[in-house]
Amino acid sequence: MTSLTGTPVATGGAPAANRNAKGRRKSRWFRQVGWRHLVAVLAVAFSLFPILFVLSAALNPRGTLSSTDLVPTGGVSLENFANLFDRTAFAHWFVNSLLIAGLAAFLSIFLSAMAAYAFSRMRFSGRRVGLLSLLLIQMFPQFLAIVAIFLIFTTMTDLWPTIGFNTPWGLMLLYLGGALGVNTWLMKGFYDTLPRELDESATMDGATHAQVFFRIMLPLVAPILAVTALLSFIGTINEFLIANVFLTNTESKTLAVGMFGLVAGERNNNFGMFAAGTLLTAVPTVLVFQLLQRYIVSGLTAGAVKG
Amino acid sequence: MSTSLSGPEPATQAPGREPVRSGLPRKSRTARNHAPITATGLVVKVVLLGLVAGIAIWAAFPLIEAELWVGLAILAVTTAGLCYLYLTRRHIPAKYLVPGTLFLIAFQVFPVLYTASTAFTNFGDGHRGSKDDAIVAIQSSSVKQVPGSTEYSLSIATKGDPTAGPLVFLLTDPRTREVSAGDAAGVRRLDAGQITVSPTGKVTAADGYTILNFGQASARSPEITDLVVPTSGGAIRSNGLSRAYEGKAIRAYDAGCDCVKDSETGKTWTADEATGSFVAADGERLAQGWQVNVGLRNFNRVLTDPNISGPFFGTLVWNFAFAIGSTGLTFLLGMAIALALHSPRMKGTNLYRVLLILPYAMPSFAMLLVWRDMFNTDFGLVNNLFGLGVDWFGETWSARAAVLLVQLWLGYPYMFLVATGALQAIPRELTEATSVDGASPWQTFRAVTLPLLLVALSPLLIASFAYNFNNFNAIYLTTEGGPFPADNPTVGATDLLITYTYRLAFGAQGAQFGFAAAISIFIFAIVATVSAISFRRTRKQEEVYS
Repeated sequence: MTSLTGTPVATGGAPAANRNAKGRRKSRWFRQVGWRHLVAVLAVAFSLFPILFVLSAALNPRGTLSSTDLVPTGGVSLENFANLFDRTAFAHWFVNSLLIAGLAAFLSIFLSAMAAYAFSRMRFSGRRVGLLSLLLIQMFPQFLAIVAIFLIFTTMTDLWPTIGFNTPWGLMLLYLGGALGVNTWLMKGFYDTLPRELDESATMDGATHAQVFFRIMLPLVAPILAVTALLSFIGTINEFLIANVFLTNTESKTLAVGMFGLVAGERNNNFGMFAAGTLLTAVPTVLVFQLLQRYIVSGLTAGAVKG
Repeated sequence: MSTSLSGPEPATQAPGREPVRSGLPRKSRTARNHAPITATGLVVKVVLLGLVAGIAIWAAFPLIEAELWVGLAILAVTTAGLCYLYLTRRHIPAKYLVPGTLFLIAFQVFPVLYTASTAFTNFGDGHRGSKDDAIVAIQSSSVKQVPGSTEYSLSIATKGDPTAGPLVFLLTDPRTREVSAGDAAGVRRLDAGQITVSPTGKVTAADGYTILNFGQASARSPEITDLVVPTSGGAIRSNGLSRAYEGKAIRAYDAGCDCVKDSETGKTWTADEATGSFVAADGERLAQGWQVNVGLRNFNRVLTDPNISGPFFGTLVWNFAFAIGSTGLTFLLGMAIALALHSPRMKGTNLYRVLLILPYAMPSFAMLLVWRDMFNTDFGLVNNLFGLGVDWFGETWSARAAVLLVQLWLGYPYMFLVATGALQAIPRELTEATSVDGASPWQTFRAVTLPLLLVALSPLLIASFAYNFNNFNAIYLTTEGGPFPADNPTVGATDLLITYTYRLAFGAQGAQFGFAAAISIFIFAIVATVSAISFRRTRKQEEVYS
């Protein structure tokens, strides 16, 4: 009993006589749930206050950092949003980001799902080495390879301008280079939990390996596909370093690069526009999140259990 | 070498998608043999392989034009390999692995190996190219205007963005009124039909070029001053924004003594192959050198140079503290909240959950910048709210605490999500059994819940550690590594190895790619070792669970 100290539940933990047990349990029940709500409310407050600040900055008609408070005090206007579209190429950045992040996420989970299928269901020489080297490559701080990437793409721009610098396609190819990696491990872990009898029986019924993959495995791993797609989408939208080297034309920039440029020079004056842009950037992510929400919790842990 | 890699890429997308459609039509279930070939599958396969071949042919023409035969050979072999792989019935694992692997090799393995190989060279500012490049650069930068040299009318132009695109000089010869375009690669004559020349001789429009107006040009005047266009007898340099002159090089390379001579002062600089630079008798080095192999010197420098190794180990300790701190704090907070919400009697958990994970959905690059501004001394929210005047990023420990707090905010929603999922996966019977046996909630948590959570989440914790160890954005977008001690502007108190390395490689003090690559190999070794050890330990644990 003494070991209870340390948990808030413990505060109600006096030795209970049998006849009082019911009443006490009830009061304890209230205290237990009340405590949980308190924690949740505090956590929500911690989560939300910077977002509230961004919201207030976005609605602040003066649009500067110094005049922004946690709640908008100097009136509310949508001027910052209007300015964002009038004075910058925000619409271009937005479309570029969606295109690159969406397509790269889709293609990379597809490549990853195929590789994970092979790693999980087939036995071939080099399987262990392959799996380990996938992990190992990820641990090299990849962006330090940026000089090499720059040199590669300088040549590619000369040869094939359509997939060179300042194009979404070149950047997407580059992101696909990271398609196999941690995600492949996550998916392989998930495939491993599916009983082998499923695909064996399908093979007995005359299904080809492609049919097994597309009609049996892929639908079953939908949760983990959703999670990796989401992680990859968020990661790509937030990727700044490589994109910053890659995209120099105003109209070909992504949100991360464009908006960094907005506050890099004039930190105070453009803050309202920057906050407005931040909110708009969050919209696609939140939508994807809501869309995939039912998969996410189960997917994250199912992958986690097997790593 | 680098060019050749790009060839196969567009091609691989197609085979990657190939089986999608071949799988879709449900084809004769009567086929009982082991690997029936469905007609639709075959058609789709052929169409997509045709597409691959088409893309390969498209990619081949520029390669042939540029006479890059190695690249062409790699392209041909890759395409042929892909066709073979998807037409044969053997090598089934490869059919699934090859598409992703091709991208991996071209855009990760190759750049990483290339970077690693530069760790053994002195690649960096002043040591970029070959010796010949260095000689050309020395000669053309020593160009001086001499009596009688040609003066050109100059227009500044670019083929790209007026603010960032590479600069081109459009030069009008005053006597012949012929126009040429010059950049660092040399001069090219332009057709008279492509250009419009004003009566004063300045080019006002040219096909394919954007002429910079006066404001744009003066904004880039340092670049314009630095641009040297090599010519046969010397080089062309700008003189203001509208005139340029062709001058004579006063320094010249002499192959006989393998040295550079200055014709005005008579001073000579002899080539030193060990360091890749021209050195004079008095020890003076010319700024333009070339790239040479330096063996292990970069690695030695990290370990022995007191100016480097002192800060290096200090940074390493903080780097570990940061990675463990961000991972541990986010996990603890996320798990605590997940435990609080994990109760069948709890109402409104869905609403709480949606609100709690909002930070995870916000763009982190933007939120890092917002946090940076919230910690601003003069008008930041944190100081305003609490009526403080703390210079958060100015003091070592407040800056470190601030950075960790930001990481906590960004990272705990993820841990909360993951811990919630893992808690739901723990069988109820286990916790019920312990309470039937008389264990207190705390004992249940310590003996059952926490170990199971850790087993489930330790791979993610390790991954999170490895990620935070190299979390460049977290530092670069907030403190930029600062505060810096007064006596050493290269390493700040919140610098991670990765931001320190970035400053070395791309910083204002001149790029040292070779040295930065050596440090990145150290980083790689550290992260790989730590992860390998922890993975070994979790593997053992996991066997208990599965």
